[in-house]
Amino acid sequence: MATEAHGADDGGLVFHPMDQFIVKPLFGEGAVGVFTLTNVTLWMALTVLAIIALLVMGTSGRATIPTRMQSVAELLYEFVRKMVEDVAGKDALVFFPYIMTLFLFILFANFLGLLPMAFTTTSHIAVTAVMAVMVFLTVTILGFVKNGPAFLSLFWVSSAPLALRPILAVIELISYFVRPVSHSIRLAGNMMAGHAVIKVFAGFSQVAMIAPLSILAVSAMYGLEVLVSFIQAYVFTILTCVYLKDALHPHH
Amino acid sequence: MASETHDAAGQAASTPGLPQLDFSTFGNQIFWLLVTLVVIYFVLSRIALPRIAAVMAERQGAITNDLAAAEDLKVKAEQAELAYLKALADARAEAQTIVAKAKAEIKAELDAATAKADAEIAARAAEGEQKIEEIRANAMDSVKEVAKDAAAEIVAVMGGKADAKTVSAAVNARMKG
Repeated sequence: MATEAHGADDGGLVFHPMDQFIVKPLFGEGAVGVFTLTNVTLWMALTVLAIIALLVMGTSGRATIPTRMQSVAELLYEFVRKMVEDVAGKDALVFFPYIMTLFLFILFANFLGLLPMAFTTTSHIAVTAVMAVMVFLTVTILGFVKNGPAFLSLFWVSSAPLALRPILAVIELISYFVRPVSHSIRLAGNMMAGHAVIKVFAGFSQVAMIAPLSILAVSAMYGLEVLVSFIQAYVFTILTCVYLKDALHPHH
Repeated sequence: MASETHDAAGQAASTPGLPQLDFSTFGNQIFWLLVTLVVIYFVLSRIALPRIAAVMAERQGAITNDLAAAEDLKVKAEQAELAYLKALADARAEAQTIVAKAKAEIKAELDAATAKADAEIAARAAEGEQKIEEIRANAMDSVKEVAKDAAAEIVAVMGGKADAKTVSAAVNARMKG
């Protein structure tokens, strides 16, 4: 990508759609160490602040008749709680704060990433993979703790003909271990692709002839990205609930 | 501007290809992500979620209470309406009896007055008739008197000698005829 962009430098048209994803130190130049304050730190901190603003400051009135902010906070609460309860069952409500954390982090990181000049933390595989692996480990450990070896019955499809079961078990096993990969790449890929496409269209606006069209396209993509931001947070969360359900009730 | 920063950053970090696959930044991202998630988790589980749950439970309680109170008030209103209707019916019945009583009283009074007046009228009429009768009798006597006197005078003027007894008999006979 970057090399192509450099190649286009000669033609006058400059595309750097991937520059927005570069992790760089906030202060000065240099290598990025583990504890360096980077744009990742900044935008994650803003995510935390936004969540605190909505869910803590927004509900500080504890009003019986809610204010607008409190209504939104309650809406999010009800939305995720209902999702956990409906998909994973009542006994999964212990994990409600954990799932709510993931949902709110992804939702706010996605939305904040849509601000111009913003850095989208959820567009990075490193971030989404950590969350996906966390979910994977939680679900796997919980499955074995709750059900013991019986958790392995998840891979033994008892409703299928006996001859097919070993083959299905292999497929189920592979699909189980592919879960964290698809779980994380889905989110990061969606966020990265959307932002990159917006940047590409924005690059086209350098040419006066097609600038109106490209601005229109950027607006349209932006609307789509707002939708995608929410949907990806929702998908990540509901898949977490589905995996959790497998761990709690492994029998098909 | 974009190209300059890219060049600067690109040379500084010397990262070819996708920034997402620049493993040198993974440690940094993972560290800050874990810090972020832990902070969010504690804020949610310690402050936000219990507070929202409490507010919603409180609201549910308030709604339930209000509904019960509304149900109570509705029953009370229905009872009040029934009592009102009953009072209205009672009052109407009472009014009717009072009206009937008053009517009967008035009628009795009226009848008595009418009877009294009739009696008075009859008495007056009888009295008047008696008076007329008397007057007529008096008048008859007066006429007889005058006629006898006149007849005696006439007889005297004609040169006869009026016998009072004869004249009187003659006049009486004439008057009868």
